[in-house]
Amino acid sequence: MSHSHTDQEAHNAEAMAEIKKVTIILSVFTIIELILGFWMISLTSEGLILAIKGTIVILMMAKAFYIVAYFMHLKHEVKNLIMTIVVPLSLFVWFIGAFLWDGSSFRNLRNKYNPYFKEQATIKVEKKEHGAAKHEAADAKHEAPAAKHETIGTSHEAAKPEVEPYY
Amino acid sequence: MSTTTTASPNEAKLWEGGKSPFNSEYGKVMMWYFLMSDAFTFGAFLISYGTVRFSTNGWPNSNEVFKSFPFAPEGVNAPLVFVSIMTFILIISSVTMVLAVHAGKNMDKQGVVRNMILTIIGGIAFLSCQAWEWNHLFHEGAWWGANPFLNADGTASSTNFTNFFFTITGFHGFHVFSGVVINIIMLIMTLLDKFEQRGHYLMIEKAGLYWHFVDLVWVFVFTIFYLL
Repeated sequence: MSHSHTDQEAHNAEAMAEIKKVTIILSVFTIIELILGFWMISLTSEGLILAIKGTIVILMMAKAFYIVAYFMHLKHEVKNLIMTIVVPLSLFVWFIGAFLWDGSSFRNLRNKYNPYFKEQATIKVEKKEHGAAKHEAADAKHEAPAAKHETIGTSHEAAKPEVEPYY
Repeated sequence: MSTTTTASPNEAKLWEGGKSPFNSEYGKVMMWYFLMSDAFTFGAFLISYGTVRFSTNGWPNSNEVFKSFPFAPEGVNAPLVFVSIMTFILIISSVTMVLAVHAGKNMDKQGVVRNMILTIIGGIAFLSCQAWEWNHLFHEGAWWGANPFLNADGTASSTNFTNFFFTITGFHGFHVFSGVVINIIMLIMTLLDKFEQRGHYLMIEKAGLYWHFVDLVWVFVFTIFYLL
């Protein structure tokens, strides 16, 4: 250690203060996320829900930043090392944007050209009971794969929960 | 051997030899590169989840799926409660890991041992919570290829939801498990004075990087599966 004794102590105190600060920040952000999550349960407005989800994503990114920068110590590394790690990870911007766009485009195409896919999203089914009912359903599925195809053919019969939805 | 040194003023000469351009140990740089590749693996999983969710008309409501709590009566409605406990367990174990790394830098063996034990306990607690949740969901009929839950709008749901949930939380749980194993090995090496003999606790730092990465991934998994 090249530091003198007092230098070392000052450095220690600084590091401990930083750990404390980041712990508090991470906890507070998580609590805010949870409060938003609880609040969202009772909401019905699509726009407000979307805004809250956006806020939660921003908080998530902030938490990720604090973990990587301070807990993983990246912020105190040499700039060369930071760049060699952060620059490749920026690929995620394209990765997320392109694939989510692709997913929603596929959904639009299916709703446009696949009437069965669209119909499935309008048929309400009854909720299955716990335990026994589920095993019965699973058995029925194994026993009668041929019957399943018939029900798919006659569209409105397909409202039974035993029929696997089209995806 | 302070690792907190900032870039030297004459940075242009960093690459002319005789210096360590990353000012970091080989193993640590390699751990970072491994974690980057792991980040892309998890990123691919989570982005494919997002793609499939965006390409589907309905999706189950996470507040209905994850609403139970251990030892609570059947049919209890406590969304987000259990998973928030899991999240805090992982955050706190990440903090004790930082403290262990910090103690290691000061060559404080007692501090390393104490904080490594706390980190291992946190890891095991998280794994226990996950085991309970998986077991509970399994008994509700959820598994790979089986989804008892309906979409939020009451329409029939596909198995995509459970497939992604078990694959991604399973892959993350496997990382937690290997992190706990690595931490136990580090604890044993500390107790055997291996690092005192080497004169540094850099191995604890590398194990710490891995453990923080596991916490980092949980930040994303938790948000994407339980909140969004």
